[in-house]
Amino acid sequence: MNFKHKYFFLFPGLFVLIGILIFPIIFVVRLSLSGWNSYNPGLDFIGIENYIRLFTDDPRFWESFFRLSFLSVTTVILQYVIGFALAHMVWKDIKFKRFFRVLFLVPMMTTPVIMTVIWRTFFHESLGPVNDILSNFGLSPKWLTDPALAKFTVIIVEVWQWTPFMFLLLLAGLLSLPKEPFLAAAIDGASPVRKFIYVTFPLMAPISIGAIIIRLIEASKIMDTVYVLTSGGPGTSTETSSFYIFIKGLREFQMGYAASMSFTYLIIMIISLTIIAKVLTKLLLKE
Amino acid sequence: MSKLYTFLKYFFIVFWAVFVVAPFLWALTTSFKDFQSVNGGVTYIPWVDFEPNLEGWKVLIKSPAKGGVDIVEPYFNSLFVTCTASLISIILGTLSAYALSRYTFKAGFVKNNDITFFFISQRIMPPIVLSIPFFLFLSSINLLDSLVGLIVVYIVLLMPIAVWIMVDFFNKVPREIDETALIDGCNPYQAFLKVVLPNSIPGLIVAGMFCIIFGWIDFFFAFILTFTEVQLLPVKIVALNSSVTPWWSLSASALVSVAPLIIVAFIVERYLSKGNLSGAIK
Repeated sequence: MNFKHKYFFLFPGLFVLIGILIFPIIFVVRLSLSGWNSYNPGLDFIGIENYIRLFTDDPRFWESFFRLSFLSVTTVILQYVIGFALAHMVWKDIKFKRFFRVLFLVPMMTTPVIMTVIWRTFFHESLGPVNDILSNFGLSPKWLTDPALAKFTVIIVEVWQWTPFMFLLLLAGLLSLPKEPFLAAAIDGASPVRKFIYVTFPLMAPISIGAIIIRLIEASKIMDTVYVLTSGGPGTSTETSSFYIFIKGLREFQMGYAASMSFTYLIIMIISLTIIAKVLTKLLLKE
Repeated sequence: MSKLYTFLKYFFIVFWAVFVVAPFLWALTTSFKDFQSVNGGVTYIPWVDFEPNLEGWKVLIKSPAKGGVDIVEPYFNSLFVTCTASLISIILGTLSAYALSRYTFKAGFVKNNDITFFFISQRIMPPIVLSIPFFLFLSSINLLDSLVGLIVVYIVLLMPIAVWIMVDFFNKVPREIDETALIDGCNPYQAFLKVVLPNSIPGLIVAGMFCIIFGWIDFFFAFILTFTEVQLLPVKIVALNSSVTPWWSLSASALVSVAPLIIVAFIVERYLSKGNLSGAIK
């Protein structure tokens, strides 16, 4: 009976999305088979030359990819642990509960790049407050220009920015849990630690998986923060895949090569996120 | 044991609260500093460490010709792009989400869940993958560096969020209310507009807030697809950062830029505490 109506509801959104996306995707694939660069802008056909170069002759791409994996996995784990801890702490009644809830949400509402501009002044080697305090102890770490520390700084900023999102998803999950299992645990006289391990955590498993996957997806796009904080530097020590593709494509205008990288990157992202989702589901839902 | 736990709990909460507030406080004090108090060693407390002045805030309203930083126009551009793209995404996304929640679709092996997944999976798309074709496309139809081009791109970013939240929300709105409306003689569109939508306002608000957040904080597409004609706020601030803008006006403009969405945190918390978010986000 409602045969036609349902399409009127579904199609506007679906077609707008497909319409905006389909050509860019096809175009990226076609572009990746061309040698488009600043000397030779045009869709010639050079076969899979770009892909051969990418897989055999470009360690920088793979390094940036592993760096991205390291950064996103580390930040997401930290965000999950801290976010869960915070959500668990303001879940039940504590003093100033709503004040803390609002406060813990604030960073995700702020624009990452703009806050990163502030963080840059915050971590400034001679004029920033962090080093001013540390200098009392005779330390002056180079937050942005030391290769290992720069990664750490990126992680701090990312954790500050996005823990609230994890906190929001997990707190919403905690607030929607049924009351009965907790009552049962209370009657059995379970200690808080056991209650957490045997009741809260298993009940939160599906929500945890969802939250981790969502954050991994978003974290795999890290680029803004890196661009403003370190511009991938020093050297290439904080360069992520997106940022490398950006340099090749829109700075050096090797469009064809950048397209082959971004298509490869997209495929890797889809495959690895699917695998991570499957593994996490198995691990956390084994009971 | 439990005393220790309580102590650790409050310690951690206060520690995190300080960490959250630190960059804001730093920016706030910096915005009142002058050359000497920024470059002559680190200063913290106004009136004690340095004499505050309003120079950093005054440049916000000065014209660029007189040395102002001119963030008024980027501000309105950002507002316009974010609101328009969010509105379009919410309208289209809500319609699609309603269809996916209420009707059954089947085309070969593609079912409702697959279509929903298709919508949501667009978030997986790394922005860089889209940015190169968009850059070339928009430049070929002269929409590079324009508001329209940006809005089109932002719809791709925001519609998945709208669909994601609204499908879950509609699944929780009882089907009986549409059925009753249909029996009472409404056609499906009237039932949707007059009965289902008014019952979905919390979901719409949540979806709207998320669209606005993720639209407002985007930097990447605005950075790549616009140059001089149209500047959005994040791009403008980053441009200030790389030019020689002094820290005080940089801090003031950064604070002004992040301020509006902080109100959203209060709204989100309200819905969270009332339990409306738990169904909407999952």
